[in-house]
Amino acid sequence: MSTWTSDATAPRSTWFLRGVRAAFSLPGLILVSSFIGFAALAKDAGVTAVQAAFMTGTVWALPSMVVLVGAIASGAALPAAMFAVTLSAIRLMPMVMALAPEMRTGKTPQWVLYLLAHFVAVTSWVLAMERLKRVPPHMRTTYYAGIGGTLVTTNITVVTVVYAVADALPSAISAALLMLTPMYFLTSLWGSARERAGHVAMVLGLVLGPVFHMVLPQIDLLVAGLIGGTVAYGLRLWRLKVRAA
Amino acid sequence: MFILVAGFAATDIWRFLGVYLGGKLSEDSDLLVLVRTMATALVAAVIGNLIVFPGGALAHTSFGLRIAAAALGFVAYLASGKRMAVGIATAEFLLLAGLYLNF
Repeated sequence: MSTWTSDATAPRSTWFLRGVRAAFSLPGLILVSSFIGFAALAKDAGVTAVQAAFMTGTVWALPSMVVLVGAIASGAALPAAMFAVTLSAIRLMPMVMALAPEMRTGKTPQWVLYLLAHFVAVTSWVLAMERLKRVPPHMRTTYYAGIGGTLVTTNITVVTVVYAVADALPSAISAALLMLTPMYFLTSLWGSARERAGHVAMVLGLVLGPVFHMVLPQIDLLVAGLIGGTVAYGLRLWRLKVRAA
Repeated sequence: MFILVAGFAATDIWRFLGVYLGGKLSEDSDLLVLVRTMATALVAAVIGNLIVFPGGALAHTSFGLRIAAAALGFVAYLASGKRMAVGIATAEFLLLAGLYLNF
């Protein structure tokens, strides 16, 4: 394995391009496939191509985007939609908290970090946490801008293209595309859960979501999230207490 | 406008807070664990709804086929040592095979 010290003098543009190249990887490819799924989902829900592309650039977090599309499709009120999206995006905070110190040097301007934080979502975060160690500290923000910028622009393009061709696809292919999003979430969410409580919360949410969808369709996600999360947290406290006793 | 308020503002507030709090708050604090379990359950609820109550072309497939494809895809993901590509490909293959065989 090469160390970065050998080319620590490489110019900034080189590190930006290396970040761009890092985006073209298996995680990047999986992300593209799930954005294909998202575009199929959004189109199906009556969201326009411009809205979907705009959402990709501004929200840039698939679970939040799917929640938002669901809210638009079910005609939810703005406060309810905002609350559900806010709750779905909370997990971004600890991710940024872990990443920001990796990129911060004494000279890094604060606004650069706030700007780059917008690129944080599961894929770019996983790529960065894995590769930033091999990038010289003062080039890390540049490298991450390469990864994040490439992923965002690529997927805005992907969403636009899918909207253009979706109508021409056979129904089996459309069905397969719509299956991409839940499978992507199912695997990535399980893999990113840090403690067992996360896995418990996930199983509870999988069951409670459809249950509350039938009972309380307007606020199903919120209720499932609050109840599932609290129960998983309660079980964790109880287990810690049993172990301590 | 709806997207900007309910989407952009609602997500980036957490990213900004993350930069601001970076290093000040422990990742293992109890409050953060609760917040994470709630967020996880909410996203899992989204997954459940997408599989149980899908839209579009996926709505024309049978409930049993969708559940079987997703469940076996997830098993393949775990069995392959948490390789997402394996899990996703398995579920997609089973779904398409099931549709082809008219399940």
